[in-house]
Amino acid sequence: MATPVLAATATARATRRRGGRRSLTPYLYIAPFFLVFGVFGAFPLAYTAFISLFDWNPIGDQVFIGFDNYVALVADPRFWNASWNTVVIWVLSTVPQLAVALVLAAVLNQALLKFRTGFRMAVLVPNITSVLAVGIIFTQLFGRDYGMINSVIEALGGDRIDWVAGTFSSQFAVSTMVMWRWTGYNALIYLAAMQSIPRALYESAEIDGAGAIRRFFTITIPQVRPTIIFTVIVSTIGGLQIFAEPLVFGGQAGVTGGQSRQFQTLALFLYEQGFRNLEFGYASAIAWALFLIIVVLTIINLALSSRIASEK
Amino acid sequence: MSRTIEAPSAGLGDAEPTVPPRAPAPATPVGSHRRRNGRVGWFTYLVLGITTFFSLFPLYWMFVVASNDSSAVNRVPPAIVPGTQFLENAAQVFEAVPFWQNLANSFIVSILIAIGQVLLSALAGFAFAKLDFPGRNFLLVLVVGTMTVPLQLAVVPQFMIIDQLGWVNDLRALIVPGLVTAFGVFWMRQAIDNSLPDELIDAARIDGARNLRVFWSIALPSIRPAASVLGLFAFMTAWNDFFWPLIVLNSPSAFTVQVALRQLQSQAYVTDYGVQMAGIVLATVPLLLIFVLLGRQIVGGIMEGALKS
Repeated sequence: MATPVLAATATARATRRRGGRRSLTPYLYIAPFFLVFGVFGAFPLAYTAFISLFDWNPIGDQVFIGFDNYVALVADPRFWNASWNTVVIWVLSTVPQLAVALVLAAVLNQALLKFRTGFRMAVLVPNITSVLAVGIIFTQLFGRDYGMINSVIEALGGDRIDWVAGTFSSQFAVSTMVMWRWTGYNALIYLAAMQSIPRALYESAEIDGAGAIRRFFTITIPQVRPTIIFTVIVSTIGGLQIFAEPLVFGGQAGVTGGQSRQFQTLALFLYEQGFRNLEFGYASAIAWALFLIIVVLTIINLALSSRIASEK
Repeated sequence: MSRTIEAPSAGLGDAEPTVPPRAPAPATPVGSHRRRNGRVGWFTYLVLGITTFFSLFPLYWMFVVASNDSSAVNRVPPAIVPGTQFLENAAQVFEAVPFWQNLANSFIVSILIAIGQVLLSALAGFAFAKLDFPGRNFLLVLVVGTMTVPLQLAVVPQFMIIDQLGWVNDLRALIVPGLVTAFGVFWMRQAIDNSLPDELIDAARIDGARNLRVFWSIALPSIRPAASVLGLFAFMTAWNDFFWPLIVLNSPSAFTVQVALRQLQSQAYVTDYGVQMAGIVLATVPLLLIFVLLGRQIVGGIMEGALKS
């Protein structure tokens, strides 16, 4: 749709500045992204819905069965177990993670802090460690017989805990891995937001006699509210797809999330059904169920985090 | 508009002064409470000291276990200083999995993804920032919107597509989907918007430069710091990626290091943590080196990215 270039008019000048006549060039520049996203993102996502209506065996037959996969899913105790585990692990890892990150950011956000860059780098180290490395290190630390954590508990007079075997203890251990890896990262995100709070706000609060903790709740938190909401959403979308930590923690029983599925998450259940049992249709139904859970929890969290941040 | 707060300096390429940002950046970070006497309390350093300990101890422990034989770690109390067994443990890693090949695979994939993301994201970012075309704003919103879609859930058809392309066990299965990301496009758009004045482009156009020429000779050099940070992030993300490589690779010689580590960990005869940890050390040290050298830029990049979102 080339428009004739009318010299000496304002529009023409604007058009010239913006790259001459209307051409396809800009579309070519943005095409790679949309091509990659279309082929490996949007299309597969839609196609997942299609496959979920089949009894789909990649090396056998594909039979259309309507909503039978979903009917089977709702009746499958393994699905409810994985859903519950996913939510518990998500809450255990995300709530303390974001709370600690907020406090940590406020502590890091002091004008005269020494070793500022060093501390910022230190809190970010866990985040550049691969999830596999984190998983293996923590699996060792949480070991029943020789793990450092049990040694410390014993030294303090407690009894050794069989972390992997117990339901809550194993979920706690998996959550610890997630929290360790992401707390510092979120602290830096909050710190960036806190640095753009006008200093005058703090100064006037100080003149009014508000202490540090009071200022944290009445100024800092409301001011970084949009960032809190942002991190809550990102952590919800990411945290509900936890996969590698429980897989590694389970060792050889990793795919089932422990001997009795005590810490199998939905992403792990999806992987087990799809790539261990080759039930592509059933795995796709799990994917849609997980998608639905993510959407619902994101909406709930949006509402909650807006409320909490504004009340404070 | 983003304010530069300890922004990554142009110290990645040759230190060439970039175009000054439109708004002068404040010289000192603002918003923090300053005591009247100007000192930061000891409590702050205590909190940060404990945090630093918890952040670094697991990695320290990785080195301890990787360099001791299992009996030393399994004593009560366990050894808490690095030993001398690292090479023996590492040798067993190379016996169990083709680890040189796995390291090479990870390097190839991560470097190509980093280069691809910088170039293709910058190209798209340039179009969104500096070219005018119908549907531009809508398409940009679409790009940002795709960031919230959990694409991991589409893994079954994604695998089928890779299978159709004949890329199972082929590094292309990892490289091509990672070549350009929504985050990269958005990041580059902001960078070009902030550091490339229209006047510079106009001047080039008057000299008869075409779009691609403007992009290559003017836009790219002016966003070198932002491009380096994006490349760094892309490299580290690709290096640490696990879920997708696990799905599309199934022969040990095609594995990336992360998948090889999982294999090492789930093999029945390697229950020796010393060997597993030696594998992790080998896989983690390259990134730790990058972090020691460029950590300041990485921290700056994360904080800048937060302001842009």
